[in-house]
Amino acid sequence: MSDDIKPRLRVPTSAKKGDVVEIKTLITHPMENGQRKDTDGKIVPRLIVNALKVTYNDKPVLDAKLEPAIAANPYLSFFVRVEETGTLKLTWTDDQNQSWSAESKIEVA
Amino acid sequence: MTRFAALTRRSALAAIAATIAARNAFATPDQTRDWLAQQAKGTPKEGKVTLKAPEIAENGNAVPVTVSVESEMSATSYVKAIYVAADGNPNPGVITYEFTPLAGKAEVQFRTRLAQTQKLVAVAEMNDGALYMASREVKVTIGGCGG
Repeated sequence: MSDDIKPRLRVPTSAKKGDVVEIKTLITHPMENGQRKDTDGKIVPRLIVNALKVTYNDKPVLDAKLEPAIAANPYLSFFVRVEETGTLKLTWTDDQNQSWSAESKIEVA
Repeated sequence: MTRFAALTRRSALAAIAATIAARNAFATPDQTRDWLAQQAKGTPKEGKVTLKAPEIAENGNAVPVTVSVESEMSATSYVKAIYVAADGNPNPGVITYEFTPLAGKAEVQFRTRLAQTQKLVAVAEMNDGALYMASREVKVTIGGCGG
């Protein structure tokens, strides 16, 4: 299952200094909310991506804490202000402490 | 053999009990308020926060929501956090964000699951501790909790 979990990231490749750019991201994950029952009537245990950490050049930008009320394949968008060329890094963590990351470079002219 | 049967019956009973519990386990507006109060101390004022969501969601499995807060994001004045809750889901919490001024703009988008028609509430916490909120009711045609 964890093999098909893939983070996707859409980030502009270039920006002007001081620009506030929009970041869109999606991670393919079932977000098992711990409420659903399988065909035997047993509750499928909760397994969700519960955290997303965003840094730019290792400086924190945003921390999100996801609850089971977030839809499967969580799609999130947010903003970041870029002052210098750098790397945007996103790290997701799930209930089993597995983590996935993705990064993208933003060139500041 | 008998033991096996007993075990199955026990687990079947447990499943039924869980079902009943799940049926009664929707959060109430009070629980939602409590949950929000745990995240941020104080009484939020109306304003500054915009909560965008469809008025009618045909499918509660993925309802797009946008929350934005009218505020600068400078080192001295910025939005510290956004908390989003729903008052008709099994649990009130939806998502929380913590920002640094580097975010540039306190606007976020996500997709939520809504089990039934209910109210979404977003509370924003400023770096000086001031709280602002917005809420919006979303009518749900098909619930999204797989229960």
